[in-house]
Amino acid sequence: MIPVCRQEDLPEGESVRVDTAPPIAVFRTDDGSLYAVDDTCTHQDASLSEGWLEGCLIECPLHAAAFDLRTGVPTCLPARHALRTHLVTVEEGVIHVHVTVREGTAA
Amino acid sequence: MRTVTIVGASLAGLYAARELRAQGYDGRLVVVGDEPHPPYDRPPLSKDFLTGRADEDRLALTDAEERAGLDAEWLLGVRARGLDTAARTVLLEDGRTLATDGLVIATGAKARPLPGAHTLRTLDDARALRARLTEGPQQVVVIGGGFIGAETAASCAALGHDVTVLEAAPLPLLPQLGPQMAAVCATLHRRAGVRFRTGTGVTGLRRTGPATAVDLADGHTLSADIVIAGIGAVPNTAWLAGSTLALGDGVLCDEGCVTASPQVVAVGDVARVGGVRAEHWTSATEQPRAAVTNLLAGRTLATPHPVPYFWSDQYGSRIQFAGRYRPGDTVRVTEGELLDEGPGDDGFLARYERDGTTVAVLAVDRPRPFTRARRELGRAVETATT
Repeated sequence: MIPVCRQEDLPEGESVRVDTAPPIAVFRTDDGSLYAVDDTCTHQDASLSEGWLEGCLIECPLHAAAFDLRTGVPTCLPARHALRTHLVTVEEGVIHVHVTVREGTAA
Repeated sequence: MRTVTIVGASLAGLYAARELRAQGYDGRLVVVGDEPHPPYDRPPLSKDFLTGRADEDRLALTDAEERAGLDAEWLLGVRARGLDTAARTVLLEDGRTLATDGLVIATGAKARPLPGAHTLRTLDDARALRARLTEGPQQVVVIGGGFIGAETAASCAALGHDVTVLEAAPLPLLPQLGPQMAAVCATLHRRAGVRFRTGTGVTGLRRTGPATAVDLADGHTLSADIVIAGIGAVPNTAWLAGSTLALGDGVLCDEGCVTASPQVVAVGDVARVGGVRAEHWTSATEQPRAAVTNLLAGRTLATPHPVPYFWSDQYGSRIQFAGRYRPGDTVRVTEGELLDEGPGDDGFLARYERDGTTVAVLAVDRPRPFTRARRELGRAVETATT
């Protein structure tokens, strides 16, 4: 379990990158939900925490590949492989990520 | 249509195959490619592949499972030699002929050659250059400061080689970025300790024992262990000579990628769409959708106007550009700042304005605001064309 930041430091529509190996991106969507996925686009070397967040979709800043944050599954080309998703919890006002060990599977 | 043939098995050709199936075409599909490799992605060749950070398995654009789903016949390592538009037949160099109802031309472009120099266009080019670059520190001269030249120079510098970049124009990337931002991007070379000479053409290469002498127009001569030419690309249209298709620095087509023959469309680097030939990854992935729609309809229904977009990774910086620059546009840095005529530590975002309207946007290491600005540009184009 990795502490990320305080709740109030991650506003809606924003993201934060956790420098784990591999790095993880944590997002707070417009409805306040928290999601965590691998930060590196499965298509090419780009950081999804720098991408475009729209609802539960994150769009890669380099080639506009899009992933569903709930499942990690790409919703369009050029990405064809799913991201690992990670459980997010809030404890005493601090956001934590529980890193998934197994490889992500396409739903 | 019972048979559709795609000539060209790279990015645009693969996307055309995907679009044909996605848009419901269920007839025979043949894909012809002159390289022996299944479709692979070229952008990493000058970047992570060259430095050894990525291997060939990272380049694949498709896998066996997808290819099975596309249900196409792949003729790889086979070059097309001609097109008989009247007989609707593609002629192959191995003597075979392919009768086809519809044709997608996706033959791309080839690196402009310079005898005595490496070029970097294909996987085989990159393999050969990568092998040379692992032979210990060497003197590398890169001719051409455009995207391929700059990225290759950056990769060579990262590998510890002594690099000189030569650019014949006063600055590289002038037509794409304009003088102000071309100068800003050019500072990346100097900051990385790469020698960078502009306004000097190369008059010739001479072998001098194990080294190569690079003769410059100003009378100087450089000695190089490895010479790399990144001096542009030439569209692969020679095989279409003698066909009825109009050619002129590419295959001429309308704004829907349709040639003078409604059964023939062209996509990617080889296509001159509505007068413009774009050599960008994004064009190769976007054009096939409209091209296939129009091919299946037998007439031009779709004429998209996407905002041109390209990116380049150099010396650890990511340059992203969207829109169209024209001489006379005003350029303003709206986020971040410039430092010593180059990008500041946190990068920057610059807007190109014409008559008070943003027409293009450039970012160095500012991906999020860039994406926002790129989307705004896209919406502006939609509004202007509907």
